[in-house]
Amino acid sequence: MTAPKTERAPRRRRSATSQVQTRFAWLLLAPAILTVFGVIVYPLYRTVLVSLFDVRSALDPAPAFVGAANYAEMLASPSVWASLGRTLYFTAASLVVEVALGLALALLLNAPLRWRWLFRTAIVIPWAIPTIVNAAMWKGIFNAQYGALNALLTQMGVIHDYVPWLSDPWRAMNLVILSDAWKTTPLVAFFLLAGLTSIPTELYEAAAVDGLGWWKRFRAITLPLLVPAISIVVVLRTVEAFKVFDIIYAMTRGGPANGTAVISYYTYVTAFSDQNFGIGSAMAMLIVLIIGILCLTYLRLIRKSEMSLL
Amino acid sequence: MNLSRRTLLLTGGALAAVAASGCAVTGATAPSTGATTGSGGALSGDVNILLMKQAGWTEEDWAGVISKFTGANPGVKVNPTFVSYEALHDKIVTAAAAGTYDVIHMDVIWPPEFAEKKMIVDVTDRVPASWKTDMQGGALQAALYKDHFYGAPSFPSTKLFYYNLDLMAKVGVTEADIATWDGVMKAAKAMIDKGVSKHPIAWSWSQAEAVICDFAQLLGAFGGTFTDASGKLNFNDAAGQQTLQFMVDSLKDGTSAPGSPTFLEDDVIKALQSGDTAFGLNWESTFRDLNDEKASKVAGKCGVSPTPAGPSGKRPGVNGAMAFAVTTGSKNPDAAWKLIEFASSKEVQDPLATSAMPNWVSSFSNPDVVKINPEVFAACKVAYADSILRPQVVNYNKVSSILQVEIQNALLGSKPVKTALDDAVSQGNASLGG
Repeated sequence: MTAPKTERAPRRRRSATSQVQTRFAWLLLAPAILTVFGVIVYPLYRTVLVSLFDVRSALDPAPAFVGAANYAEMLASPSVWASLGRTLYFTAASLVVEVALGLALALLLNAPLRWRWLFRTAIVIPWAIPTIVNAAMWKGIFNAQYGALNALLTQMGVIHDYVPWLSDPWRAMNLVILSDAWKTTPLVAFFLLAGLTSIPTELYEAAAVDGLGWWKRFRAITLPLLVPAISIVVVLRTVEAFKVFDIIYAMTRGGPANGTAVISYYTYVTAFSDQNFGIGSAMAMLIVLIIGILCLTYLRLIRKSEMSLL
Repeated sequence: MNLSRRTLLLTGGALAAVAASGCAVTGATAPSTGATTGSGGALSGDVNILLMKQAGWTEEDWAGVISKFTGANPGVKVNPTFVSYEALHDKIVTAAAAGTYDVIHMDVIWPPEFAEKKMIVDVTDRVPASWKTDMQGGALQAALYKDHFYGAPSFPSTKLFYYNLDLMAKVGVTEADIATWDGVMKAAKAMIDKGVSKHPIAWSWSQAEAVICDFAQLLGAFGGTFTDASGKLNFNDAAGQQTLQFMVDSLKDGTSAPGSPTFLEDDVIKALQSGDTAFGLNWESTFRDLNDEKASKVAGKCGVSPTPAGPSGKRPGVNGAMAFAVTTGSKNPDAAWKLIEFASSKEVQDPLATSAMPNWVSSFSNPDVVKINPEVFAACKVAYADSILRPQVVNYNKVSSILQVEIQNALLGSKPVKTALDDAVSQGNASLGG
């Protein structure tokens, strides 16, 4: 009878210690759990819920349940598909511009320049500017009547009458992309610069001994070893670019003629301007779904490329 | 017990379930819909008021009004928030559930939407019967829906026609010559020919409500209407087509500034203030801005008139009146209404006639008030008499968005005028019901 008691005592002690540790773990995790729940899980849950109802007012206490009807109406809307097309173009074009320019900048900033520290500091400035300020600045620059771009080009004799830069849908979209790239390219450059500095210099020295030129060194050493950094940048920027909203809102408000009405902006208009919260929520879920698919695809590609490097 | 992934998920699920059990789909409870009732005692507490920062009273004007109000009601603290017109509607909508604001500034096109969605309070019982005869009809319209008052008029408003007298003199054009749109176009072409102005007219034709206001004003001048007797959209008729064709042609021939499809009203003011642009439509407070010597190169050199006449012979102004409304989420409706009454009163409005016209009919014949802003009073008298109202429907924003895009499609040459208007009318009529 006494033997089992003496055996159980250490177990109880272990159990008591484990409980204390578990409570402490919960205590440490509680802020994170509450934050994630408050800013991600709960809003997502509410969005899914609202998307299943015909909600035409934030004050409607009992909206009608419509099931998947909002999703069906959304998918049947040509405007939704058109805005998705514009979003894909914005995402792809801004990604190409930002990665290409970012890579060029990173290579430049990695070169043994005399004032490198100054350039590295200066290049942070566009990224540090809030998006809304950046948008207001570019909107002013592109203003047809009193914008800086027309004034500059007129003084240089390039144009004789001012150009309404943001009046054409296609041109407006590309200029918004350019304005966005001006702000975000420094971030891309810094990511890639970090990747560049981690490449062992011995590799370049060996390549130089072998007589490889700049371009061959870039293709054989720099680019392959930058793939992980580029992959991270592509994932981050794809997600960010796909949900672009603020620069559109501040620069063009979706115009002219809906030429820059991307899916996030159209979702906002549907939900808040038209007060159709049901379809607006369904559109928000579509954005979540597409971004989720993009992320999973990229992560799989990154894992594959990492495996091939090993 | 280990802190497993399953435990974490279960915890999250439990939190979600707790939250779900406590909330309806929108999280809203049935809002109060009936008339608010007055209280006899002294008022106290905070009144949060959401205001438009564009045309009308400036922030300084408001500071003076609030100071006078709180002086007379020391227990009340008024907290104003100013947003641009373009952000005003959506700010009202997003703040409604939280009941952030007690008083909102409401455009003439929003009462059906806000009243039907029970976002604002029916105040018919509070409104004195004399308002119906003593206030401007256009101003009253901004607070009315289905013969019920959902607020108090904040000011009547319309777009007037502003012109640069210096530039006109250079081509020998008088004010009488620009009393019609034909005359304006002739003057504009003369200015281009003589190198006086490259593009003499600036418009606010951005994809925003601004383009609808300009279109409405021109539509009235060309003898058109937005809706027929049954309430269906009909602006794709001959008058509507002439209106839009006029807009398209003026962009093509260069009389209108090519940047107009990206301009809001503020851009038009800046264009006029620069002295390079001769003509522009804008709200009443523009005359104040053009004569502001700190910002304008044309101070004292501009004139103002009602909109030039079109083929209809009328000079109608678009009804752009605004109203104040008490929100259903207001926690202090009595103090809120008291503030509204105060801001709508003759005593407060008359001295501020440089920024916005007063609500009161008698102000227009009071020489002491008229002398504050005589040119604008004279122009408004004509424009208000023939004002054109945009459709007052619950889904106005949706209908307006459709028309904005189709007008721009025509302006940018993406669609012929008739196709653009036909598309706007068919899509708009489909959206009227919901």
